[in-house]
Amino acid sequence: MSEQFEPVIVGFLCNWCSYRAADLAGTSRIKYAPNMRAIRVMCSGRVDPQFVLKALRNGADGVLIAGCHPGECHYVNGNIKALRRYTMLKKTLDQWGIEEERVQLLWASASEGTKLAEKVNSMTEELRELGPLRWHEKVLADNGAAHVPVKEA
Amino acid sequence: MEEKKEKTMQKEKVGVYICHCGTNIAGTIDVEEVKNWAAKNPNVEVSRDYEFMCSNTGQELIENDIKEKGLTRIVVASCSPHMHEKTFRNATERGGLNPFLFEMANIREHGSWATNDKEAATQKAKSLVNGAIERVVHHEPLEKIPVEINPNTLIVGGGIAGITAALELANAGNHVYLVEREGTIGGHMAQLDKTFPTLDCSACILTPKMVDVGQHDNITLLTYSEVEKVDGYIGNFEITVRKKARCVIEDLCTACGICEEKCPAQVVDEGYGAGLGYRKAIYRAFPQAVPGYPVLDKENCIYFQTGKCRACEKFCPTDAIDFEQEDEMLNFNVGNIIVATGYDLFDPRRIPQYGYGRLENVFTSLEFERMVNASGPTGGHIVLRDGETKPEKVAIVHCVGSRDQNYNEYCSKVCCMYSLKFAHLVHEHLPETEVFNFYIDMRTPGKGYEEFYHRLLKEDTHFIRGRVAEITDADHQPGEEGKLIVQVENTLLGKQQRIPVDMVILSAGIEAREDAAQVANLFKMGCDYDGFYNERHPKLAPVATMTDGVFIAGACQGPKDIPETVAQGGAAASQIASLIGQGTMMMEPVRASIREEDCSGCRICNNLCPYNAIEYDEEKEVSKVITALCQGCGTCVAACPSGAIDGAHFTNLQVMSELQGLLWDVQPAPEKVTA
Repeated sequence: MSEQFEPVIVGFLCNWCSYRAADLAGTSRIKYAPNMRAIRVMCSGRVDPQFVLKALRNGADGVLIAGCHPGECHYVNGNIKALRRYTMLKKTLDQWGIEEERVQLLWASASEGTKLAEKVNSMTEELRELGPLRWHEKVLADNGAAHVPVKEA
Repeated sequence: MEEKKEKTMQKEKVGVYICHCGTNIAGTIDVEEVKNWAAKNPNVEVSRDYEFMCSNTGQELIENDIKEKGLTRIVVASCSPHMHEKTFRNATERGGLNPFLFEMANIREHGSWATNDKEAATQKAKSLVNGAIERVVHHEPLEKIPVEINPNTLIVGGGIAGITAALELANAGNHVYLVEREGTIGGHMAQLDKTFPTLDCSACILTPKMVDVGQHDNITLLTYSEVEKVDGYIGNFEITVRKKARCVIEDLCTACGICEEKCPAQVVDEGYGAGLGYRKAIYRAFPQAVPGYPVLDKENCIYFQTGKCRACEKFCPTDAIDFEQEDEMLNFNVGNIIVATGYDLFDPRRIPQYGYGRLENVFTSLEFERMVNASGPTGGHIVLRDGETKPEKVAIVHCVGSRDQNYNEYCSKVCCMYSLKFAHLVHEHLPETEVFNFYIDMRTPGKGYEEFYHRLLKEDTHFIRGRVAEITDADHQPGEEGKLIVQVENTLLGKQQRIPVDMVILSAGIEAREDAAQVANLFKMGCDYDGFYNERHPKLAPVATMTDGVFIAGACQGPKDIPETVAQGGAAASQIASLIGQGTMMMEPVRASIREEDCSGCRICNNLCPYNAIEYDEEKEVSKVITALCQGCGTCVAACPSGAIDGAHFTNLQVMSELQGLLWDVQPAPEKVTA
């Protein structure tokens, strides 16, 4: 029997809400999938779509962007900017044939350790189903040729 | 993209320290394995593990290694940076390095505590440590930014929290602007009759403080005013306040009260009177109001509605009435802000089966407070809505709108105690009257609170455990005619009961202010799910918020009683006093800056900045960051199409390097990174 595929997720967590949510999950000893490796950014609005692409290109199977709830952003509305960029990015990724489950956005306040842990669990599960990303085969192999997404029936 | 690969040669001498945290980390993560593995990184000069890195000896390890081995960068893998980043930055600095040449890997909260899988935890720890090593190599020395603290403080809300804070700060010699929406300060506490459990008269302990505020040289009291705009940041906020027209010239008014006496308009007193009594169209909420001059309520003023009357103007001995008065906008600067905006009472109309608003002898707790108050509309007599009949049986229903998934899930904390107080007051005023308290659980934590409950048990109050299902006037048993029937399951007896009474008091819970979300936006605070303002840390920073220089106190943060509210008011004041005492505050140097030579002048960043901290230089045709206004969120850095903006301590290079380091074990074949 082959070993279960363990996806690697890069988490971009905002300093004020989501990173603290992950801290809280730990402090509360909530056990969740160890598949996410977190990078702290001051605000989800700092997440340059290039960070996400770089993560996928460098071997991550998925990226989680997590920020404060709308209206609760420490920097007024950085999370809304993150949302806009995320929406754009998803379109691009879709055109490259990258499944939408691979890049996800979550609002998790500093008190929502459980929510963050559950998200990491569910995302890990989804990525296990999808299998490894294989960016180099999927995106680079086309060498820039237009990729028309094929929707599965 | 600015990226370099310099792995072949050692660029920096990094010291890596893996903390055991007793068994907190070492119990799950193979610390030694991580240490040995990290040592293989070409940039790593020293790799150590130690039982408690935050201990003095742990910190000395770092200091000595910097001095003896000439380390240029430090990585500590331990707990969350929110816990000990400061500690290790200080150790780095004591060793002789700039404190920002340090990076932390969080292998406890995000690692050992989050999984039982030792192998996976060790692998994750390696990744986090590697990410930190790759990042720290690109760290740059930074200097903290000193910000001068304006010694003036804005306090929003003139309830007991705001009053306490204002007096504390003012007595220490600092100027305070106290802004209150209503015509007088005092807040909810001024509406109360007695306070539990000591049964002090609320007004007797509050009004002297109100007078102190009104007379204090260091307090600018702005009542009937609201904060419209808040700009700036800690140390220097620019505040705009709308001082609403009260149609009374404050300099001329002597607060004689003749206008109030002569005003022919009778208005139901929904505010201070909780809807129980009447006031005039020009009025003071209560005789001890501070300031003493009245407010003219245009909506109910006969002159404003019909164009005739002006009785107040005719009778005013000092010509202090000014119907033409307009709202005034005031601007001033402060260094810190306390938000103490209090709470709204739960509106029991939302629970139709309790009949409030439909059954006339169902009262809210606040109505009862006014009724039982000697200066209230009934002169302190407990009577039914007809104004004369004394009730023979009174029901007090706890947890109205609280601890109820349909309304508010939380406990409002004060209702059990004030319900007990009500029971006591009924016994005191009407010794023949029977009192029934319907409760779910009796919650009386607090000094002298449980004792008060026991006192009530001895006063022959009937305590019935169970949530009231319905209050109705539909009688169908003898003895119920003309009564209000309280239908309840007595969970201690395990049976349904119908208790006929004459008066029902609904102990309504505490809710966040209706406009809490707007106010939170104004001051850049966060609200929790229930609308209460978020504190910076639930235990260790209960009155600070995530925004530096903005503090919260009292029930706007969550339900609390008077002693807790007073304590928070004092705590917020003392935190501000200590900031004022420091004179300057050192701010994190996490700020954006624009490289002029790379800026194309597209101005995309200009409108993106939530703090308007980016201005456009028309002459040079480039954008520029106003460092003092920048808060370091980095949204402009992410958006700049030319990559011309650097976010200090979170540069693209730093984040990308950390990312690459994190993914060391899954990296596909090495790729030439250009573009």
